[in-house]
Amino acid sequence: MAIGTGCSARPGKSRNNKTGSWRVFRPEFVHEKCTSCGMCRIICPEGCIGENEEGLPVPDYDYCKGCGLCAEECPSEAIEMKKEEK
Amino acid sequence: MNDEAACVLFDPGHRACGGCAAAMAARFILDAAGKDTIVVSSTGCMEVFSTPYPETAWNVPWIHSLFENNSAVASGVVASLKKQGRKEKVIALGGDGATFDIGMLCLSGAFERGHDFTYICYDNEAYMNTGIQRSGATPYDASTTTSPAGSCSFGNSRPKKDLPMILAAHGAPYVATASIAYPPDLKKKVEKAINTPGPCYIQVHAPCCTGWGFEGEKTVAIGKLAIETGLWVNYEMEDGVVTKVKKVVRKPVEDYLVEQKRFRHLFKPKRNDAEIAKIQALADRNAEKFGIDIKLKK
Repeated sequence: MAIGTGCSARPGKSRNNKTGSWRVFRPEFVHEKCTSCGMCRIICPEGCIGENEEGLPVPDYDYCKGCGLCAEECPSEAIEMKKEEK
Repeated sequence: MNDEAACVLFDPGHRACGGCAAAMAARFILDAAGKDTIVVSSTGCMEVFSTPYPETAWNVPWIHSLFENNSAVASGVVASLKKQGRKEKVIALGGDGATFDIGMLCLSGAFERGHDFTYICYDNEAYMNTGIQRSGATPYDASTTTSPAGSCSFGNSRPKKDLPMILAAHGAPYVATASIAYPPDLKKKVEKAINTPGPCYIQVHAPCCTGWGFEGEKTVAIGKLAIETGLWVNYEMEDGVVTKVKKVVRKPVEDYLVEQKRFRHLFKPKRNDAEIAKIQALADRNAEKFGIDIKLKK
């Protein structure tokens, strides 16, 4: 049944909006210190941290807003926030 | 890690502030609920940041109608699914303004009628989307734009409404409180609620960096402090009886208050011991009521 009133959008269309441009500080992942605990991937409000073939976290800088939660909560302090160079 | 689903069901590109707890809550809830879920949202931060037309962050069926009626819309969705013999789970999501104040009528009605859905309130303790006005969930002494602290006021003069108890009194089979600072606990509670027949309620503490005045990177730390000071209690109620409580070694409430600009007036220009003692009394009452204190052996 078609919805007669209101408006609809295709699922996941928010990906068109690259929120990475908001970023002031950029999280740099130091993989040597990483224990792959997955904390950063769980808590990222954007859900934009994926993983590479070795299971290490890799952020998607297209969407990362640079909030710094991952760096703050990382138990092995393997994420450093660096000033974004544009 | 079992967080793959969340990345798939709630997409990035939404317009939440950096470090937004409501966005975290949405991811955890969908992670626990899975793809066979229909989400009904009321107006609020979550609706505004996740679905600016023609974009949406949701990868599950999602509907928004008004501020006040998401429980009524959810009731209709549940009734329709029942008629069609379908098994999807229905989650109604609202902020504390939509839940505690504006949507109270529809929420109470839906719980009284006993529809099989789960209502989840992400509680950021004020109307953040419209510019930080106080709501029924704003805690005592918090400064908001409609309860500003000043020479004649210490901020919000009323304590927080105890909504979980009100909904438990409706005969809800499962009522719980949770926090974004403890994702596994929150996910477990969502799973339990959606698999319990009847109307269930979960209230999720969601610290708001913009409204409360702290840096976005501290969201989880502030959420943990709320629990460690006893100002927020994580508990589960089944059929009106508290069955599980998170116990803590309590810290003084000022550890939590001093981190936030909304309580700045309690410390500057000079420390207001009388008001801090009143807030400590609220935490002490929580501790006594729920028995959250861990007794340390000397």
